[in-house]
Amino acid sequence: MADVGIAMVDNRPAEITLQPLKERRWRVYAGRLVLVALWLGSWEVAGTYWIDPFFYSKPSLIWQKLVDWFTEGTSYGSIWLQISYTLQEAVYGFALGAIVGVVLGVVLGRSRFLSDVLAPFIKAANAIPRIVLASLFVIWFGFGMSSKVATAFVLVFFGVFFNAFQGAREVPKVIDDNSRILGASRLQMMRTVVLPSATSWILASLHTAFGFALIGAIVGEYTGADKGLGMLIAHSQGTFDSAGIYAAMIIMTALALLAEAVLTLVERRLTRWQPR
Amino acid sequence: MTQTTSAIRLQRATKVFPAAGGGTFTAMREVTLDVAPGEFVTVVGPTGCGKSTTLALISGLEPASAGEVAVAGTPVTGIPGNVGYMFQQDATLPWRTVVDNVALGLRYRGVPKAEARERAQEWVDRVGLRGFEKYYPHQLSGGMRKRVAMAQTLITEPQILLLDEPFGALDVQTRELMQAELLRLWAGTGAAVVFVTHDLTEAIALADRVVVMTAAPATIKSIVPVTLPRPRDVEAIRLDPAFLDLYREVWDSLREEVEIARERGARRG
Repeated sequence: MADVGIAMVDNRPAEITLQPLKERRWRVYAGRLVLVALWLGSWEVAGTYWIDPFFYSKPSLIWQKLVDWFTEGTSYGSIWLQISYTLQEAVYGFALGAIVGVVLGVVLGRSRFLSDVLAPFIKAANAIPRIVLASLFVIWFGFGMSSKVATAFVLVFFGVFFNAFQGAREVPKVIDDNSRILGASRLQMMRTVVLPSATSWILASLHTAFGFALIGAIVGEYTGADKGLGMLIAHSQGTFDSAGIYAAMIIMTALALLAEAVLTLVERRLTRWQPR
Repeated sequence: MTQTTSAIRLQRATKVFPAAGGGTFTAMREVTLDVAPGEFVTVVGPTGCGKSTTLALISGLEPASAGEVAVAGTPVTGIPGNVGYMFQQDATLPWRTVVDNVALGLRYRGVPKAEARERAQEWVDRVGLRGFEKYYPHQLSGGMRKRVAMAQTLITEPQILLLDEPFGALDVQTRELMQAELLRLWAGTGAAVVFVTHDLTEAIALADRVVVMTAAPATIKSIVPVTLPRPRDVEAIRLDPAFLDLYREVWDSLREEVEIARERGARRG
């Protein structure tokens, strides 16, 4: 058959390009290590000799704080309890926001009438500084987990919604027509064409959305809570414990990076069909 | 029934689109055409004349603004179930493998997954893609993707087959190969075919009748019957003296329209 042939031909001489590449990668790692050492070292030295560590803290104090939290626990109970609380709030808020965002985004993306009717309301809702809602949610839902889930939800929802909406809009016309000719019902169309087509858009939004969910949970806790990392930060602030704020910040960063890694795995699995 | 029903019947079919400036644009005016079951009709015309609009009306993707469109004796209101449509651009689902793309029409019609897969595999073999069933479209060449589209269209055994410059983007050799494949797969199905193209050689080599359209708005300028015997060898047939006579006849009819379209293009540019 004449038109069968997908081999890629790489004519570059392999020995010449490979060695410098590997070497370069080590140099990148080494550069990063030097940067971190310089940063932490200068901070430590400055904190010891010139600036007041009471206000600015220093790496050794932050490290001590982390060790304390993980070995002896915080003044509000085990650090793992705080982490699991914040994480649960973020995950629930993320899941709810993502599901509702995708469903509404895709439905509105496919219905010009509905989206025309709702457009001004959605724009207005998106313009609200949503962090403020955290205060309202504490009044509505109390100091427990649900007010934080609600805050995480509103932060996640809009990002996911707008991307799903755009993704559903951008189904190529020819693919849309072809599937209709092949006999797809509205529901089949959604499942086999619109959702997969919008997947890359949706996944792109989910990456930032988990970060937003964490922010939502923490701001919620900051506003009023009896457990969680945000509450630890609020408490550290109240007691002028700057090392505690940094320590909680480091834990949150680690959580966000971990979630990012999980999402990247999921993304790989869902977009196997895309050229890489 | 004393008289056979036309597979496709257009009666003074007209299509008007809203234009960008707020006015209207008539893509197609009062086209009357009957296509019998098992007949292969090709449509040629100057670029941008509205040839494809004919297919959009027959397939039900666009409603006619005036006149009648009927498929197998039934007026077209939605998309008829017995229509197949091959597009100029790639219309395969990039997130489905070859075999799942081919099975799509059956799955939409409620055929169980295992059976649909099995029948799709037969079609994959038939279009010469055995061994590539697990590939995704982006891993295939343009010609192979056309084979997928062909199998995807034909698996539902459409009685009406609409093709909109399906091989336009292929290189000449692959195009001729695909033309031969199409004739081979179509032979004996009894499907009525409307094939839109701007390539006169292709139009004559494939058709029972060549319909020449005017510059926009598209109306039928002339219809040239092609009496060359079937089965045809699309590569060898071009050297046939009868083929050359037909080519001259179609070209004479088309030339004026092409000139009109060119002049308009020049004035606009």
